[in-house]
Amino acid sequence: MSDTIEPVEEFRLRAREWINANLGPLQPFDRTQHCKDDEEELVAVARDRALQRKIFDGSFAGICMPKEYGGLGLTPEHNRAFNEELAGHEYPSRFAVPTFNPCASTILEFCTAEQKAAHLPAILKGDEVWVQLLSEPGGGSDVAGITTSAVRDGDEWVLNGSKVWTSRAWWADWGIILARTNWDVPKHVGMTVFLVNLRAPGVDIQRIVRLNGESEACQEFFTDVRIPDSDRVGEIDAGWTIGTRWMFHERMGHNSPYVTYPTGMALSSSQEDSPVSIARKSGKIDDPASRELIGEHRELGIITRALQGRIADAATKANKDMSAIDRLFRGVASVRRSTIAFELAGSGASVWDEDEEAATDAVGMNFLMRQISCIGGGTTEISRNVVAERILGMPREASGDKGVPFREVPKGPSRSQG
Amino acid sequence: MWHELSSDQQLLRDTTARFLTDRVPLDRQRKNKDSTEGFTPEYWSGGAELGWIMPLVSEENGGGSVSGRGIVDLSLIAYEFGRHAAPGPLVDCNVVASALSDSGEQTHAEALEAVMMGSAIASVCLGVAPWQTSDEATISITQDGDELVIEGSVKPVESAGQAAYFLITGYSQGGVTQVLVPAATQGITVKNLKAIDVSRKFGAVSFENVRVPASALVGAFGQADAAVERQVLNACVMLCAESVGAMESAFEMAVDWSFERYTFGRALASYQALKHRFADMKSWLEASHAICDSAADALADGLARAPETVSSAKAYIGENGVELAQDCVQIFGGIGVTYEHDLHFFLRRVTLNRLLYGTPGDHRRLLAQMQIEKEMAA
Repeated sequence: MSDTIEPVEEFRLRAREWINANLGPLQPFDRTQHCKDDEEELVAVARDRALQRKIFDGSFAGICMPKEYGGLGLTPEHNRAFNEELAGHEYPSRFAVPTFNPCASTILEFCTAEQKAAHLPAILKGDEVWVQLLSEPGGGSDVAGITTSAVRDGDEWVLNGSKVWTSRAWWADWGIILARTNWDVPKHVGMTVFLVNLRAPGVDIQRIVRLNGESEACQEFFTDVRIPDSDRVGEIDAGWTIGTRWMFHERMGHNSPYVTYPTGMALSSSQEDSPVSIARKSGKIDDPASRELIGEHRELGIITRALQGRIADAATKANKDMSAIDRLFRGVASVRRSTIAFELAGSGASVWDEDEEAATDAVGMNFLMRQISCIGGGTTEISRNVVAERILGMPREASGDKGVPFREVPKGPSRSQG
Repeated sequence: MWHELSSDQQLLRDTTARFLTDRVPLDRQRKNKDSTEGFTPEYWSGGAELGWIMPLVSEENGGGSVSGRGIVDLSLIAYEFGRHAAPGPLVDCNVVASALSDSGEQTHAEALEAVMMGSAIASVCLGVAPWQTSDEATISITQDGDELVIEGSVKPVESAGQAAYFLITGYSQGGVTQVLVPAATQGITVKNLKAIDVSRKFGAVSFENVRVPASALVGAFGQADAAVERQVLNACVMLCAESVGAMESAFEMAVDWSFERYTFGRALASYQALKHRFADMKSWLEASHAICDSAADALADGLARAPETVSSAKAYIGENGVELAQDCVQIFGGIGVTYEHDLHFFLRRVTLNRLLYGTPGDHRRLLAQMQIEKEMAA
């Protein structure tokens, strides 16, 4: 086997030819991942698995994954070139995040050769869809405060507890999970990472219905689920080290070199109507006050992008915590933009028909869901703490869990302990 | 600011900062409360020598900027003006200098040179603005034989009482006209007014049957719309950069105070309720930096997105600059509203800048108009 790496431009031309010959145009559900119902979603999932297999068979899967695990062993530049060529084409959107990142990227970084061989080729072939099992019902922002427990039993571990807010876990195959393995040490040093088969006995996956009726997120209940020790990742009780890298990968999202997706595609879970169009429908387009709202909506979009650029610059130079400013701003700006759209729609926001909803979402429902932008991916309250404490150097909040064995950390009256 | 500065740009910024620290410290400005001027002619010409009024003027006209991107260099100077709450019509003099330089009329060469040297002050009388309709114009300029006749009034006009020249923008049938006239021209009345800032003074200027020769024109009669729009964009970037500087100073003072001030046995900085307010303020400040830099870049490079980027900056910084400064007042408590404290200089500056060259509402309506046109074209 030759060690010479194919020049990026040659790779690009080869990719372009293959993509044009084998992949159709981008589908609506590639953009939003929203499906009409579960039946349609399962069709989309099957199509994504087949598409991933097609890319694997075409020798374009896992561009930055090592060759020994079925990848191409190429560079992020090659992946970027492929993504650019993929623009406008269909692609297996349900594999991008979280399967390839953060799951596959974390497996690649921390798993043994045997574990990688067992899963990475399967992922590349479209046989395994992965989810990350991190958040718990007992604590969203306090990730290290998890209480899902894994207890050693011979060559196995017995898993009990629950994880939550897992996107689309109901049709996934495997999960990477953080569990508590030692309750007698402080919280950060008593956790271990495992790979868990979501079809194993004792795994119960429930859908969470959000107030807008949509139910992509799931809650998983684990009751005496047996995990072989060979599916443990890294050292026992050293899970937080892996967890921080895992969350780093998570923050990279679609920008990870392990993710294949068409460049320039607006990754949005919504298809919102523009404020201009909303105001036109409500008859407010010529009202000066409404004009100011339309302008403010536009202004916040422009500033969000400008700030992102500034923070990205800062991150490469010095301060990674600056991303908390970006997160805070985006959350608050998005809430304001939802409110503006709602305001512009007037009483029309109260009702809609199915066609409108399918075409542009419903302004009224988007407004009811607006706080999601300040909650998902870490709340804005946590961002404010990070900004105040790590950027401005203000004193840290008092915590009840520092240096205390996790067993003794107050968890509220109704919490059981392992 | 986060711009990668060249050593020349750094020098420009640092010499301005030193000059302002030395010449117009806040303790000295505090005494300006009852003066009608706010600064001395020596201060202004001294600043002009540092290149304050050159960046937007072409090299043929004796101007030039250290980076070749005039408005970016000017934003560095304006930022220091805000940082120090410095006096002087930096914005107007640069607007007039750029207007005269761009028009290329030799008749105004003498005025341009005097403004650049800081020996004369030129103020802007914006009688009709891009966010206004012709009905809302407060100055009209008409032709009468060989003469132009100026009627109307405008306020606020910066340094109106000290100005040697006025650049007047008025509405003419079918378009916008600009003229440069000596302040002493017959029919012009200046009334000094009380204003928000301690050191930047304003007045009202009225024009009653003011007759000037056609040589007073800056650009063609009735065809100055694009030139005025460009001048407003330049002015907005300067005002934004100045406000960001003022926000930075106010925020820095409040953060320092939060560590020094103890209450109930704890520093203010230890209260989560206040920490979260500081975090919000920090996000406004960083967003303001980001959009201000982006606006200066877009304008310097003549990008199509310049107008909406600049209007976004002016609207956002106008609103949040004031909110940040008022929040700082709240953090300081009673001392924050005393004349003896320095904070009010920055509160005044961001409040004033919010109102000049278009309020947040004016710029948001412009943004809406641009967006409506864009979506109609799509």
